[in-house]
Amino acid sequence: MKAVYGLYADGSSAQQAVNRLRAAGASDRDITVMTAQPMEDFEFGRMHKATWMWWFACAGGLTGTASGLGLAWLTETSWPLDVGGLPIFAWWPNLIITFELTMLGAILATAITLVITARLGRRSTFYDPAVSDGKILVGVAGPPESAVAGLEAALAAAGAEVRILK
Amino acid sequence: MTHPSHPRINSDLLRPLLQTSWRFYLLVALFGSIVVAALASWMTQMYLGFGISGIRWPVYWGFYVTSFVFWIGISHAGTLISAILRLVNAGWRRPVTRCAEVITVFALMIGAMFPIIHLGRPWLAFWLFPYPSERQIWPNFRSPLVWDFFAINTYLAGSVLFLLLPMIPDFAVVRDKSTGLRRRIYGILALGWRGTTKQWHRLETAMQIMAVAIIPVAVSVHTVVSFDFSMAPVPMWQSTIFGPYFVAGAIFSGIAALLIAMAVLRRFLHLERYLHPVHFENLGKLLLVMALLWGYFVFNERLVVYYGNEPSEMAVFWRTQRESFAPLYWTMVVCNFVVPLVLMGIRWFRTITGCVIASACVVVGMWLERFLIIVPSLGHKYLPYSYGIYRPQPVEIIIAGSTFAAMALLYVLFAKVVPIISIWELKAGEHTPPDLIPPATEEHPLGELHL
Repeated sequence: MKAVYGLYADGSSAQQAVNRLRAAGASDRDITVMTAQPMEDFEFGRMHKATWMWWFACAGGLTGTASGLGLAWLTETSWPLDVGGLPIFAWWPNLIITFELTMLGAILATAITLVITARLGRRSTFYDPAVSDGKILVGVAGPPESAVAGLEAALAAAGAEVRILK
Repeated sequence: MTHPSHPRINSDLLRPLLQTSWRFYLLVALFGSIVVAALASWMTQMYLGFGISGIRWPVYWGFYVTSFVFWIGISHAGTLISAILRLVNAGWRRPVTRCAEVITVFALMIGAMFPIIHLGRPWLAFWLFPYPSERQIWPNFRSPLVWDFFAINTYLAGSVLFLLLPMIPDFAVVRDKSTGLRRRIYGILALGWRGTTKQWHRLETAMQIMAVAIIPVAVSVHTVVSFDFSMAPVPMWQSTIFGPYFVAGAIFSGIAALLIAMAVLRRFLHLERYLHPVHFENLGKLLLVMALLWGYFVFNERLVVYYGNEPSEMAVFWRTQRESFAPLYWTMVVCNFVVPLVLMGIRWFRTITGCVIASACVVVGMWLERFLIIVPSLGHKYLPYSYGIYRPQPVEIIIAGSTFAAMALLYVLFAKVVPIISIWELKAGEHTPPDLIPPATEEHPLGELHL
C-alpha cells in the first residue's frame, strides 16, 4: 500500500479531514497535506512548522566569518605588502570581506537547509496534479493494510473522492 | 468548490510559456542582433587594442565604468525592494516581486561584465580572484576593487537564490500543466515539489532569512562601489556622503527600471488583471520619495564643496555647474528631480503613463549622474599636467548602449520560460480573511489590494 488520500475543494473540508484522520488514530507525523499555496489560515497549515533553519543560517554565517578572517589573515601574511603605511593585517578593510563572506555563508546555509529539510530532489511517495488546480490533498502515506478501511472512511466523511494507491 | 480564481491564474500566467507568438521571435531577433553587434565591437576592441576606445590619460574611466556603476545601481530594483516588501508583509508586493528580482540578477550580470570589458586583456580577469597561484601572490584585500569582487558576487549569489527558490513551486505548476519534453524539463526544475505543509513552511522561513540577509548585502554592494571613488584622492570624490548617496541613487534608478519593466509586461503579456494601477501608484510614491532623497544628497554634496572652496574641487564644481558639462548636469537635475517631482507629486499625473515617463527620465538622469561623477573629476585633477578631455568612441557607445538591448533580451527570454508573476504568491494573497477584502470592482477584479 503506497497511500490513501482525498482531494478537497476548500480549506474547511480539508481541516475536517485532518481532524477525522486524527480521530481515526493517525498521528500528525503520518498525515500529509498538499496545497497549491501556503494556507496558514487553517490549523493544518501550521503543522510541521518547527525548524532549525535559523540556527543553521547562523552557523553558516559564523563559518563565513571565520572563512573571511582566515582568508584575509592567511593571504595578507603570506605576502606582506606595505600599502600606504596600513598594517599588513588591517581590520577596517578586512571587515568588508568578513561581512560579505558572513552573509554569503548564511545565505548558502539557508538554501542547503531548505533543500535537505524540505526533501527537495527526492522521489516522492505520492502526489496528485489536481493540487496545482487548487485542490487540497489530505492523505496518509504507507498505511498498514489493517488501517486502510478506517482512513478511507475518515477521508470520505469529510466529503472527498478517496483514492488508494497500491 | 475549488477557489474560482486559481484555474484562471494558472491559465493567465502560464499562457506566455505555453503559447509563442511571432512577436516573441521578432523581439528576440531585434535585441539579439544588437547584442551580437556589441559582441563584435568588443572582439574588435580586443583584437585592435584599447586604443580604439576614447579611454586615455588622464580619463581612464569612461563609458564602461559609468555603465558598471549604473547597472549595479539598477540591480537594487529587485532583491532589495522585494526583500523589504516581504519583511513588512506588504500585500501588494505579490505580483511585483518576481518582475523585480529578475531585474536584479540580469542587471548584476550585465554590470559585472564591465570591469572585464574595461580590461585590455579580459582573459586575465581571474587575477582578481583569491586563488592560490604558483607564487602565492594574492589579491590585495585593502583595495576597493577586491571588495567589489566579494560584494558583487555575494549579492549575485544571494539574488539568484532569492529568485530561484520561490520559483520551485511555480515550476511544479508548469510540470503539472504541460506534456512531453516540457513536462520532463519542468519536472527536473521542480525538484519533486509537492506542496506539503512542511515544504511551504521551509520555503517561507528560507525566504524570510534570505530577506533579512540580503538587505544589508544590497546596501553594502553600492556602498562598496562608492568606495571605488571615495577612497581615491580625486577632486570631489573623497566624500563621506558617497556611500549613502550611491545607495539612494541605486534604489532610485532601480525603482524606475522596475516601473518600466512592469508597464511593458502589463501591456505585452496582457497582465492587466494582476498588475493594477495601485501597484504603479505605490511604486510611484516610492519614486517620489527617492527623488527627494536624491535631491537632498546632491544639495549636501554640492554645498559642502562650495563652502570648502578648495581650488581643485571648485574647478570641477564649476565645470559641471556652468562650463563644458553644464548641459549634461542640468539635464540630470531636470530628469532626476524636476520631472519625478511634478509627475509623481501631483496625483493626477501619477498614472501608469506618468510613472513610465518619470521612470524613463530617471534612468537617463541616473546614467548621466554616474558619468558626471566620473569624467569631470578625472579630467581635471590637482595639477595641470593631469588635465584632459574624454571623447567616447563608437566602440564604447555601441557596447554601453547595447546593454539595454541585452537586458531586454534576457527579460524576454526569462518571461518565456518562467511565470513572470509568482503564481503561488498570488494565490496565497487571495487567502486573506474575507472581511478584510473589499468587494471586487470592474477596475480591480481581485479586489482592492492592501498595504
